[in-house]
Amino acid sequence: MSAIDFNTPITPELVKEHGLNEEEYNLVLEIMGREPNINELGIFSVMWSEHCSYKSSKKWLKTLPTKADWVIQGPGENAGVIDIGDGQAAVFKMESHNHPSFIEPYQGAATGVGGIMRDVFTMGARPIANLNALRFGEADHPKTSHLLSGVVEGIGGYGNCMGVPTIGGETNFHASYNGNILVNAMTVGLADADNIFYSAAAGIGNPVVYVGSKTGRDGIHGATMASAEFDDDSEEKRPTVQVGDPFTEKLLLEACLELMATDMIVAIQDMGAAGLTSSSFEMASKGGVGVELWLDKVPMREEGMTPYELMLSESQERMLMVLKPGCEDAAKAIFDKWELDFAVIGVLTDTKRMVLKWHGDVAGDLPIDPLAEASPEYDRPWEPTPKQDRIDPNSISAKVSHVDALKTLIASPDLASRRWIWEQYDHLVMGNTIVRPGGDAGVVRVQGTNKGIAATTDCTPRYVMADPVEGGKQAVAEAYRNLVATGAKPLAITDNMNFGNPERPRIMGQFVGACQGIGEACIALEFPVVSGNVSLYNETNGVGIMPTPAIGGVGVISDLGHHATIGIKRDDSALIMIGAATGELGQSLYLKTIEGREEGAPPPVDLNAEKRAGTLVRELIELGLVRTCHDIADGGLLVTVAEMCLAGNIGADLHLPEAGSEVAWLFGEDQGRYVIATRDPDKVLNAAGSSNVAAVIIGQAGGDSVAIDGGDKVSLAELRELNEGWMPSFMAEAVQ
Amino acid sequence: MKSAVILFPGINRENDAIAALEQATGTKPVVVWHGETELPKTDIIMVPGGFSYGDYLRCGAMAAKSPIMRAVAERAKAGVTILGVCNGFQILTEAGLLPGALMRNASLKFICKNTHLKIENADTRFTNQYQAGDVVDYPVAHHDGNFFADSETLDRLEGEGRVILRYCDANGVVDPATNLNGSQRNIAGIINEAGNVLGMMPHPENAIDPLHGGTDGRNLFKSLVEAAS
Repeated sequence: MSAIDFNTPITPELVKEHGLNEEEYNLVLEIMGREPNINELGIFSVMWSEHCSYKSSKKWLKTLPTKADWVIQGPGENAGVIDIGDGQAAVFKMESHNHPSFIEPYQGAATGVGGIMRDVFTMGARPIANLNALRFGEADHPKTSHLLSGVVEGIGGYGNCMGVPTIGGETNFHASYNGNILVNAMTVGLADADNIFYSAAAGIGNPVVYVGSKTGRDGIHGATMASAEFDDDSEEKRPTVQVGDPFTEKLLLEACLELMATDMIVAIQDMGAAGLTSSSFEMASKGGVGVELWLDKVPMREEGMTPYELMLSESQERMLMVLKPGCEDAAKAIFDKWELDFAVIGVLTDTKRMVLKWHGDVAGDLPIDPLAEASPEYDRPWEPTPKQDRIDPNSISAKVSHVDALKTLIASPDLASRRWIWEQYDHLVMGNTIVRPGGDAGVVRVQGTNKGIAATTDCTPRYVMADPVEGGKQAVAEAYRNLVATGAKPLAITDNMNFGNPERPRIMGQFVGACQGIGEACIALEFPVVSGNVSLYNETNGVGIMPTPAIGGVGVISDLGHHATIGIKRDDSALIMIGAATGELGQSLYLKTIEGREEGAPPPVDLNAEKRAGTLVRELIELGLVRTCHDIADGGLLVTVAEMCLAGNIGADLHLPEAGSEVAWLFGEDQGRYVIATRDPDKVLNAAGSSNVAAVIIGQAGGDSVAIDGGDKVSLAELRELNEGWMPSFMAEAVQ
Repeated sequence: MKSAVILFPGINRENDAIAALEQATGTKPVVVWHGETELPKTDIIMVPGGFSYGDYLRCGAMAAKSPIMRAVAERAKAGVTILGVCNGFQILTEAGLLPGALMRNASLKFICKNTHLKIENADTRFTNQYQAGDVVDYPVAHHDGNFFADSETLDRLEGEGRVILRYCDANGVVDPATNLNGSQRNIAGIINEAGNVLGMMPHPENAIDPLHGGTDGRNLFKSLVEAAS
């Protein structure tokens, strides 16, 4: 691509290489009123890529609920912002870096983490927690261990250096990700509610300022790559993966926050996908102004760079700002102190056009609104996913003992401990980590207060695959539940929609269904979407991933003196199940792992029951009646209790019900449920009764094993070895 | 009681250090930027953890050449209490204020977890609130904590009681199985010859609040205050 210069003729092949179809190119000609030059064509290409324009998804994203009294900023900015009281705000978003991470796992994942942190501190927030939602191919696929190892190192390499604790996340393995892994990174930041920074440019004549790293040739056409399917030659796209420099980003963070404490910034936008192009167009479009950019003033890392490359580079650790007039010197002094580049590279105009200057000559001249706002929007044809039948719990008879099933499940790739991953992340830096990884949600203290912010990422792709609407609901409900289980009030979500090729009606139907389910759950649980990201074309050689709408949830604990963790703390506690058991084995891990069947309707989500149970559990924790709580998710009741025993190093004895399927009772993945430990079961049962929430004593804590009705049992030591052993030995074998 | 925290570009545990020093001394420490050449007069100087200069070249190597380090070396010579934690330990070894070097962990991976440590010498200004043989629990968070020195230096450190902390298990057993990162003789922290400079990989500043899950680190900071008052 570096051979491209100003006079490159625009041929149909070149248009096609830029990812524009005939219809789109005709629209380009109409908007321009002439043939574009190469620089202009490159800009249209990235601005109208799926990644930047959301052209396939926009129609459906608009249907998601985004409002609540506590929402300060919903989707459309760099990140969402919610009010957390006391004049403070939480700023958060989740974003994918799937394609780059598959091609180059370390740098792909690292720059994903760097990018999402930049989105958050662009808004004026200091990042205080990172999370990540990862999906890899099946464990015995030859690429899986290499990708896992590289991604985890990349996430750690960037986040650890930035000094932001990585407090949670999730990891799945499934064959559908063999050729297309998912790396979704989430950052939560803390800001003063009255000092949030936005991207709308304003003030004709105000300087446009570039800060951060110099621009190189890395990542050119990254956004276009992220908008196409993969094939066997995709590895050749390695040069389009950006290289991260967390040290520079740490300096950029400190310099930006120092500048934001003054009153010099009018607007600020990070240079993420499509770099200088999308940042300048977005700022101008939102502000209704024009921009003249002097591209020869852009700090450059390499010699001989062209306007085309400067506009399309995705070099990392860069920001674009509009400053108040006359502030240039004072602002520059801050960036000088942090040894970062600072350059005035343009000016705001009243033309509503983007004029690119190169040593005084015009290198491009485009209207801003038609590109940024009037980009194509498609109503792609879609087919609903056919419903599957519910699995009759009585049709499954136990082939192995329940304890043997537990032992198999807890050592399986789906449920084995992720300690190998999260011990490579600094989850303690900043000194405010209250609930560490390995529980339901991570919790960090708001510095200097007794308030906590809880955060989690959740999605059960096999449910979404089987029934996108129920699966979409479930992802939101599980995020809600994981926050509640720590004692937090769930406030809002960010969604990271990972799907296959939207040009296939079946895939588009998954997207539409998931949006519907997410929307319904958000409304019922008062848990709006405030930010998000869409990643489509997650396919390799025509094989799509399972639909994976990863949900990042954020909530607040008003008094950290009353919060809960999953580990059983006292051996004289009763174990109570909150929420009704209905015996849902469809798409369960028991069915998959023990029976070898991935089928059936996933567990339905009763959103009203979910809300009632969640409110009750949170109140019990707030009252100080409950300090131990774990939601029932993958694997069902027995796995949940075993995890609580392992975390607290105290055993338990579970009672079986007098009637009904034992397998469904122990391993069903019915939604809307929690297990709590309490020494005051009557109070809890009474409170549940008056809240119209099902609650039943399911067993007793104590001893050093997990037992069923005092008989069939497994020692905690053996269980721990099974649970902790899988991933380290899997990774150790893979190295050899 | 006055204290100072030195800030290099890329340091990221300065606020954790500030919180611990403020809790122990009752006063917020002064933060000194690496480009300064003079230090305010303080009783305690702490070089906190992080990734100074991105750990590029070698952990701590570039920070050790910063202007402020000349002033830190002078204070070390004058007997002021200096505590280097994690990257701070690496910087102090690179600056020649402590012997040895910190190499990549034997596992080749970053390790963040709680670990048991044995207090080997309680007769120092850093450990006077502990008893020799105490087992404490602090977190670690590092990629390069594998302490190395030649055997002559190690023998000398041992002989002079300058090994302060060793990785061990809950019962204080020090052996290869309890060696977190491959350090020579399980060494987690050492002092200089004069006894006023301590470098250690673990983070006592992240174990000072019940909400951290433990408060074993408090006594280290209390010791500094006790010794300086």
